[in-house]
Amino acid sequence: MLPWFKNWNKDNPTDIYGPAILVGVLGVAVIVAAFVVVVGQPFATKSLQTGPRGTGMVQTEFVSEIENEDPTLAAYYTEEPYVPEDGDRLASEVYENVQVLGNVTEDNFNRIMLAMTQWVSPEQGCAYCHVGAADGNYANDELYTMKVARRMIQMTQNLNEGWAGHVNANQEVGVNCYTCHRGENVPSDIWFRITPVNEAAEGWAAVQNRVTMQSQYTSLPSDALETYLLEDEPIGVHDFASHVDSDPTDPNTATWQDAERTYSLMNYVSNSLGVNCTFCHNTRAFYDGTQVTPQWATESLGIAMVKEMNQDYLVPLEGEYPENRLGPVYGDAPKAACKTCHKGYQQPLQGLNVIADWPELATTSGEYSYE
Amino acid sequence: MPMIEYQNIFTQVQVQGTPEMGMNDNGRMMEERTKNPFFSTLAGFLGNAQIGPIYLGWTGLVSLFTGILALNIIGLNMLAQVDWSIPEFIRQGFWLALEPPSPEYGLTIPPLYDGGWYIIASFFLLISVMSWWARSWLLAKEQKMGKHVFWAFGSAIWLFLVLGLFRPILMGSWSEAVPYGIFPHLDWTTAFSIRYGNLYYNPFHCLSIVFLYGSVLLFAMHGGTILAVTRYGGDRELEQIVDRGTATERAALFWRWTMGFNATMEGIHRWAWWFAVLTPITGGIGILLTGTVVDNWFIWAQEHHFAPAYDGSYGYEAYGQTYQSFIGGGE
Repeated sequence: MLPWFKNWNKDNPTDIYGPAILVGVLGVAVIVAAFVVVVGQPFATKSLQTGPRGTGMVQTEFVSEIENEDPTLAAYYTEEPYVPEDGDRLASEVYENVQVLGNVTEDNFNRIMLAMTQWVSPEQGCAYCHVGAADGNYANDELYTMKVARRMIQMTQNLNEGWAGHVNANQEVGVNCYTCHRGENVPSDIWFRITPVNEAAEGWAAVQNRVTMQSQYTSLPSDALETYLLEDEPIGVHDFASHVDSDPTDPNTATWQDAERTYSLMNYVSNSLGVNCTFCHNTRAFYDGTQVTPQWATESLGIAMVKEMNQDYLVPLEGEYPENRLGPVYGDAPKAACKTCHKGYQQPLQGLNVIADWPELATTSGEYSYE
Repeated sequence: MPMIEYQNIFTQVQVQGTPEMGMNDNGRMMEERTKNPFFSTLAGFLGNAQIGPIYLGWTGLVSLFTGILALNIIGLNMLAQVDWSIPEFIRQGFWLALEPPSPEYGLTIPPLYDGGWYIIASFFLLISVMSWWARSWLLAKEQKMGKHVFWAFGSAIWLFLVLGLFRPILMGSWSEAVPYGIFPHLDWTTAFSIRYGNLYYNPFHCLSIVFLYGSVLLFAMHGGTILAVTRYGGDRELEQIVDRGTATERAALFWRWTMGFNATMEGIHRWAWWFAVLTPITGGIGILLTGTVVDNWFIWAQEHHFAPAYDGSYGYEAYGQTYQSFIGGGE
């Protein structure tokens, strides 16, 4: 077919690949340039400098991600308090079996109950805690949820009052039920004890090298949260002199295995806040308290705070829960840590002030400030 | 248009024909060689297409046997850790490891499940590596070659022994050794650096990095130079050492034009050998000193005035930023 075309090609050998590549490259360049001009830089980044130049201390995020609103913000419910007037009756005078918040006026008590329903059990409503709600009986506390809720109110008051250095570190933010629950009966990102994770192994070999939530999917130890946020083991692993006489067989000497467990905890903290090491540390000397950001102190307070939450509030509730709320391995009580509140953000709910409207949850004193 | 020639990592020329059996100058060298070499086109893409004759000898047999034994001990321990589940073994494969004993056992023999198997695997691995090392001496001797490969392998073995034998003994605990696992040995590396105050401030670590990156640079320069003058016979490097031809002249002139100095056909190989060999030698010295002589390299560096102090404050507030403005909100 078309013999003249074949013959013409044979008589006129031409390098078509060179020009074709040139035209192709130029064409793609024009299209890419037009795209960037019209649509804009699709991978724009934003950075937050956290330390001196030359130390690499910076948080870099894609604008597309950082400026996305936390999706749980939209469903947040809040209501301003009713300033008590003379003659207002207190909740403990109106209702039976009010063990916490009894000193709150009736209107404000109902306001809190309504909000808690929105924050924790928007689908089940009052009956999630009050077994007799359908018959108008709110005093019956047979359900475990009501007992747990009481303790959680006390915990929230304690966090806002005793740990303001953490929960109001930069500005008034505070915590309420929604900080953890976000409309769910059980908050996301709670944790349980799971170690040992390996069969046929003992000691350090038994608690690491598995893909778990507790190890943040690394092969680092899976017992960091229980060791540092439940027990009182020291987190630091460094010697504070260039030469020390240390013996790895001495239980008080931090070994490289301890360093791995600390690293596991630090991974957890980083992922919980959506930041990297340099948010707190100058990574050339992790241990050095003179080369850290103010966030390091906030974080240290946070670790102590989480320890108190777990030891004084969450673990003692173990006997109250039904089996399906307990841990899969040990049947232990659900525990909290950084991610339970932060959910991947530097500040929970992106720094939304969740305590201004809720003075009743801000103090354990029973005296509420409605200024 | 200039002619663009496409080249890649595969060799351009393959030779296949009657297998080359090699020298047999003392008349006994055929005894332990395999008799039937063959050709592989696939192997020819990467190197010589001829496979064999292979000479294992007693060192090779011991090395293979103990090496396979060590690998199997490691693998079966990993399999036992996932309760003998093959799917889990594959899924968690990169995470699994055979860990050294826990610290409390010091230099005593630990229970099998807490490092005992690790000690046994390490023992067989040691025999395997040392036996292969001996083999690299013996085979070079048979060919009346220099022992350069033996000594180069020795430098790698030095680092291997520092990590798994010398340093644990100096520290008084087998627990200091490196786990056998893909991710876990990397975890060890990070944890080791962090525990001892940042290994980047260890001068021998610095030297090791210099030689490692230097080796990479030299290898690229040398490989590039020789490929570039192959068309003039430059890949016949040994002849070019003693009988310098136009390939060598052009390569040398290229580098003198470029940077005023050039290696020689002989010298470049001495550079490459020493850079490669010094990488694990200096690295091993750095590891050996860590935790034994120096326990915090950053403080050590401050004491020796090479950890710089930085001007400037810490925390984003110091740079006029707020979290709200960072996430695109108002003040």
